[in-house]
Amino acid sequence: MRSNLDRRALLRGAAAGGAGLALAPWLPAWAQSGTAGLARALPEVAGEDIRLVIDHVMRDVDGRRSHGIGINGTVPGLLIRLKEGQNVRLHVENRLGEESSIHWHGLILPFHMDGVPGVSFPGIAPRSTFTYDFPIRQAGTYWYHSHSGLQEQMGHYGPIVIDPAAPHAQPADREHVIVLSDHSPLHPHTIFRKLKQMGGYFNFQKQTLADQLAGRGQSAAERAEWGAMRMDPSDVADVTGSTYTYLVNGHGPRDKWTALFAPGERVRLRFVNASAMTTFNVRMPGLKLTIVEADGLPVRPVAVDEFQIAVAETYDAIVEPAGDRAYALVAESVDRSGMAVATLAPRAGMVAPVPPLRPRPLATMKDMGMGGMGGTAMPAGDACTPEHAAMGHCRATPGAADHAAHGGSMDHGGMDHSMRDFSVVPDSVAKSPTVQSISPMPVDRTGEPGQGLEGAGHRVLTYRDLVATARNPDVRAPERTLELHLTGNMERYMWAFDGRKFSEITDPIPFGLGERVRVRLVNDTMMGHPIHLHGHFFELVTGHGDHAPRKHTVNVQPGGIVEFDFTADAVGDWAFHCHMLYHMHAGMMQVVSVRPAGEAA
Amino acid sequence: MSALLIAALALATPQHAGHAAPPPQASTCTPEHAAMGHCTLPAAPPPPPPPACTPEHAAMGHCALPAAPAPPSAPACTPEHVAMGHCTLPAAPAPPSAPACTPEHAAMGHCTLPVAPAPPPPPACTPEHAAMGHCTLAPAASAPAGNAPPPPAPRADYADRIWGAQAMAASRAALRREHGGGSFSQVMIDIAEVQFRRGREGYRWEGEGWFGGDINRLVVKTEGEGEFGDAADDAEAQALYSRAIGPYFNLQAGVRQDFAPVDRTYAAFGVEGLAPYWFEVEAHAFVSTEGDVLGRLAASYDQRITQRLILQPRVEFNLAAQDVPESGIGAGLSDGEFDLRLRYEIVREFAPYVGVSHGSKFGRTADYARAVGEDASATTLVAGIRAWF
Repeated sequence: MRSNLDRRALLRGAAAGGAGLALAPWLPAWAQSGTAGLARALPEVAGEDIRLVIDHVMRDVDGRRSHGIGINGTVPGLLIRLKEGQNVRLHVENRLGEESSIHWHGLILPFHMDGVPGVSFPGIAPRSTFTYDFPIRQAGTYWYHSHSGLQEQMGHYGPIVIDPAAPHAQPADREHVIVLSDHSPLHPHTIFRKLKQMGGYFNFQKQTLADQLAGRGQSAAERAEWGAMRMDPSDVADVTGSTYTYLVNGHGPRDKWTALFAPGERVRLRFVNASAMTTFNVRMPGLKLTIVEADGLPVRPVAVDEFQIAVAETYDAIVEPAGDRAYALVAESVDRSGMAVATLAPRAGMVAPVPPLRPRPLATMKDMGMGGMGGTAMPAGDACTPEHAAMGHCRATPGAADHAAHGGSMDHGGMDHSMRDFSVVPDSVAKSPTVQSISPMPVDRTGEPGQGLEGAGHRVLTYRDLVATARNPDVRAPERTLELHLTGNMERYMWAFDGRKFSEITDPIPFGLGERVRVRLVNDTMMGHPIHLHGHFFELVTGHGDHAPRKHTVNVQPGGIVEFDFTADAVGDWAFHCHMLYHMHAGMMQVVSVRPAGEAA
Repeated sequence: MSALLIAALALATPQHAGHAAPPPQASTCTPEHAAMGHCTLPAAPPPPPPPACTPEHAAMGHCALPAAPAPPSAPACTPEHVAMGHCTLPAAPAPPSAPACTPEHAAMGHCTLPVAPAPPPPPACTPEHAAMGHCTLAPAASAPAGNAPPPPAPRADYADRIWGAQAMAASRAALRREHGGGSFSQVMIDIAEVQFRRGREGYRWEGEGWFGGDINRLVVKTEGEGEFGDAADDAEAQALYSRAIGPYFNLQAGVRQDFAPVDRTYAAFGVEGLAPYWFEVEAHAFVSTEGDVLGRLAASYDQRITQRLILQPRVEFNLAAQDVPESGIGAGLSDGEFDLRLRYEIVREFAPYVGVSHGSKFGRTADYARAVGEDASATTLVAGIRAWF
């Protein structure tokens, strides 16, 4: 083992010199640096019978060794390559000393194969094997991960690629899987405990007296106003680059992971955000990213310069690198506390300049759910302060500055400095300590590029850019609306739907089999929540009629609203939760029950 | 209902706008003949029967025509024919290709449009076509939702049918526990310092620990001070039940035990939490076994100078409802403390600090102090550590 390590260190040294490629035994072949891409003929694992082993693994990230949980000895786990229309039996052996599980994220399957202990099955007991057996009814990029405890943060995740039965509408000459994730040397239970003890534990980008004196961040008036509400605008991510290293296919930025292409090729990049807690902003300076699939399903091609990918989402992008040069792939954490970096190059050893981290965003009044108050977002960072506006240097945005200047003179309904006016929410929202704030005027933000990207200066994908290529299978009008509020308390680190933690609830959210329902998600917190419904795709209500984009996970921006329609067509019990791992662990989870009409239990 | 009708209209119209009705199938078995029992219509959408087996032949028993499990999709069964009793229109949900009952006809009262689920028109209005102005996108997914009641909530135990209730019970309990039901703890030593007084150096400590969930916690506090080499001048401990009563505040009740200057036991209750503008505040009342009533108010604020350098001003006032001579406490505002500590968080959990602490005794409390030869007020430099785990 010792000599092995030394050899690796040597090889890494060579790689840093720009030449060699260290073969990392804790990584599967597709994730090795310098990979030529997915070999179509020889996928990592395929076929009708696939054997997976969950076990402890030691891994190296940026030269630091740490313990993790891997699949068949690697982190990320091996790529599962399937074909639409086949059947698959996945024999999963759990060699851990604790219960484990694998959830097949985004796959349409019988509920008892969904892999959520306590909802769909009893879990995989220590040192036992469980066989999943289901037909593959779809194509696209998906992923799998543990649904037990906090194992996912420790590396228990991997990609799934399902080739369509018919040829791709968007063929590519080459494809690479890009699994983004976050890695900490801290045990996930330690991370969670720190958050419970001190909600801002990992935030080292708070506003300070020093930056106030330097004229950065909010003005004094804004600071006072936000202070009055006990809201911290720098609270954009709970767990940050202060402990996380952001990974591409298991590699830290210093590992210089490289994917190869031949100039002139169409390269399909299959992005999976397998992070526990990190929303990424992804871009490749010098290349347009043409989004062709979202959450595994085809969308009309849309060329963008950057896109935000929330936890558990997947996007397929086609890039066409023409030159004989290297391109950087940059995935910044939404709070700009760090980034995942990779290189796309014609040859191994080439490097592309990596752009520096952009300034961190500050939450705006809109992020606090005041988006519907006439003004738009307050400019983040150093933009137009009231002082500057008073000097005539710029025009203050009405939503923020006016409010600061006139205090309570705005007579909008529900305006309440306590930010906790229960009269604007349904009775279903519990008046509990879990609810720190209520968005007074939340707005639909699906036409926006995502927190911190308003002024990116180039085209950034929005949810409204997504249009399904296929007609939606069910275009009935919804029979009813279900409104759910995403609530939280950053001071106590509590998260819940409708102010009730999952541990406090006994009843599931009921749906009748075949029922078509509009689900309206209202974010009463200042943080984005990627909400995932198991076992179903849902249609985002973003104005595209019968070509609504169909997704399994949708990010509800801070202070925002997302509406989706879905048909409860899969009988059984299904998990429904925020895919921020620690939000789910804190209680932002529910069970959705789908029952045939007239069936009581 | 009218909204539904509009939605259905919008759905069905492009089909008629953009495309002619499908040509009648090349078959001699017309619906009229079928209605007369002369032949059976082919299934929809079927391949036309091989020309060899004509309905005539079939009727003669020479061959068999394909069965027709679905209602006929041929355009022949018009509402007019229905009215004549020649054929029956398909019941809702209609097969998507039946163009017979058009919204126009429905509007004329000739037929009834199928209620939801609406038939998806097969030649869909794609966004590309819509962009070219060929058709209008159906607003189906944006159609207003109805107000049907939700079904009653069942027990979320469907997996019992597959794996058995016994197998599921443990994992189901664990699931709830692991999603919001956890217990945690923290021990915070807020003050552990040396006080540089004239003459002899003093020490002071203040700390608390909590254990429990998000709402209910056990809180243990202790504080005291003294001079090195002597027993503590003041020392007390509290054990409190703490309950979250809002997003920021906890209600607390329990006991306080003083060990110095005199042993005394109190019932304690109060409130503490985070006030607007990020002030940590607390207010407690104490009733001793002797019937004495004391009060304590405290507030502090963390001013970040940089991410790790933090200036903390802090004030505390003690009050008494009566004189307690054996403790040296006079009625009214008995003493106040004004502290300023500058700490550097090497890590969040460990921060050395320096500061200044000013204490003043007021009124009769000051008199008691002077009577035993102490100063009524004193200012000291302090240095210590703040640590938690």
